[in-house]
Amino acid sequence: MPEVLKAPLVVEFPFTRSLGPVQSAFLTGLRERVVLGVRTGDGRTLVPPVEYDPVTAEEIRDLVEVAPTGTVTTWAWNHEPRRGQPLDTPFAWVLVRLDGADTGLLHALDAPGPDAVHTGMRVRIRWAGERSGAITDIACFEPYDGDPSEPTGQGHDGRFEDMVTGIVAPARLDYVYSPGRAQSAYINALAEQRTVGERCPSCRKVYVPPRGACPTCGVATSEQVEVGPGGTVTTYCIVNIKAKNLDIEVPYVYAHIALDGADLALHGRIGGIPYDQVRMGLRVEPVWTEGGRYPEHYRPTGEPDADYEMYKELL
Amino acid sequence: MTREIAVVAFAQTDHRRTSDEHSEVEMLIPVLHDVLDQTGLKTSDIGFTCSGSTDYLAGRAFSFTMALDGVGAWPPISESHVEMDGAWALYEAWTKLLTGDADTALVYGYGKSSPGSVRDVLTRQLDPYYLAPLWPDSVALAALQAQALIDAGETDEPALAGVASRSRASASANSHAQLRGSVAQGDYVVRPLRTGDCPPIGDGAAAVILAAGERARELCERPAWIRGIDHRIEAHSLGVRDLTDSPSTRLAAERAGAFERPVDTAELHAPFTSQEVVLRKSLRLGDEVSVNPSGGALAANPVMATGLIRIGEAAARIHRGESDRALAHATSGPCLQQNLVAVLEGDAR
Ligand SMILES: [Zn+2]
Repeated sequence: MPEVLKAPLVVEFPFTRSLGPVQSAFLTGLRERVVLGVRTGDGRTLVPPVEYDPVTAEEIRDLVEVAPTGTVTTWAWNHEPRRGQPLDTPFAWVLVRLDGADTGLLHALDAPGPDAVHTGMRVRIRWAGERSGAITDIACFEPYDGDPSEPTGQGHDGRFEDMVTGIVAPARLDYVYSPGRAQSAYINALAEQRTVGERCPSCRKVYVPPRGACPTCGVATSEQVEVGPGGTVTTYCIVNIKAKNLDIEVPYVYAHIALDGADLALHGRIGGIPYDQVRMGLRVEPVWTEGGRYPEHYRPTGEPDADYEMYKELL
Repeated sequence: MTREIAVVAFAQTDHRRTSDEHSEVEMLIPVLHDVLDQTGLKTSDIGFTCSGSTDYLAGRAFSFTMALDGVGAWPPISESHVEMDGAWALYEAWTKLLTGDADTALVYGYGKSSPGSVRDVLTRQLDPYYLAPLWPDSVALAALQAQALIDAGETDEPALAGVASRSRASASANSHAQLRGSVAQGDYVVRPLRTGDCPPIGDGAAAVILAAGERARELCERPAWIRGIDHRIEAHSLGVRDLTDSPSTRLAAERAGAFERPVDTAELHAPFTSQEVVLRKSLRLGDEVSVNPSGGALAANPVMATGLIRIGEAAARIHRGESDRALAHATSGPCLQQNLVAVLEGDAR
């Protein structure tokens, strides 16, 4: 079997999220070095706060200020910090019940080593130097052996100047993508300016590009079949809006092209003919550029148009 | 009178660290054909199809639509997908059969963890305001739970190592498992969890066929009847929960009828050794119950299929006559956030 292809694939996305009244107050508070919780119907104080009681699902809005000091309720030593985590030196993950709160807040604890951490230890917030209204405004926790600091349990209206109403949560995941056997064969053949599909052993249809399975029969395809290079335009559209980062003059024609011998049409751009002269049945062939991994576009072969009966099943 | 519904066939891949040579559908097809062959059904005979998987493993949107090529989805079939473990797809299929809309269902789950870093990928299922920006990975969160159990005196590191070695020893008899036999407990990944306390990272798929009433008896000599199935959820925030317990598992088990009579087998979806401690307590499993005779998630953890495999393994033991009443559990989310429990029985012998 030829070598299966692999390539890095990075998926990055900034999630822009709006905040409700409770989260807005909490995150704005962090920017101002004030930690707010929310009181439930049965009198417990949740930190971090949520809009709905996790037990009764009742809406809750009653904000209270809790202390920046607290107690570790459980912990885990992270000797190899990973990308994006709060500290880049070894640290402990901790759940901290802040003084005045009844629930735990997850964050990092900066400590010299696992022997310096235990459940029940006292800690306090270390604030980030630059704060924007995000959970990362808490840089981390640090060991603390002083008294519990005031203010705990005071009601708070949750109002600050210039409230934070949204966050942008960037995410990035890294993959090594492999397209599998069938698509690797397709891409490898393209490198030699050939187009290969696979024939279904059951219905005998030839799929291009091959995906390894026949969607009609639900069986694996394996027999490789070279198709094209010539093909027929089965349908098309005229693109009038220029895509970002695409160096093609509009209008241009994007078409479904049934390569000779294929039972599925693939997509391609039609060139070498004015856009308003492209038609169903037009016979085309691929045009390759130097070093290109796929046909740059398809151009008319000059043959007579294909008869509709020949390609109507492929529309 | 509600319909009786049974698992009549189960198949799974050999779970492996990587499967670069296969796309998801290429990995899945042999498993789909295996369950169909066991029952003699063709894809066109299936009344309802439901699958579980996630785009975040593949790094591609709508990745499940490509996998549908494997089930003969043209002409259009009655089909659904859950962005969850296949166990939840089974739950959906079970409700579909209960309505009488279909007599048979094909359920599958699959995941390839090898292309990405599953520890990072799973952070994206966390609350995006307070948790996800800190990137607490799946092992770190499980380690917080493990430490809570140790502090509560419910386990210790040697006991966790015992769970690990028992699971991998059991998996010696499971040719599909990824980690089998003696596996070193290893170094800390996130203390107190060592490599041995964590599941292997790998790729795999599983499929089952469900059938209702007489159809089940036609398709399988000893169907594994689903006597009850239920799923429940904890509060998302870890700091709100008692991490040493799993009330949602207990409630799901109660609603599924698990406590009405003892079970002889329990297939538990516990990717971390410490989670088995929590589940045994929540499910009140005594030492007489055979827990994870397949090796469980510690022996093979194809994310999005591992829970479905628990149901499949439990059912297969009933098919083979090795169990009469089995419990299967599936989980999703950090620290056993969501839990599904099914109770399966064979006909009296
Ligand atoms: Zn076919």
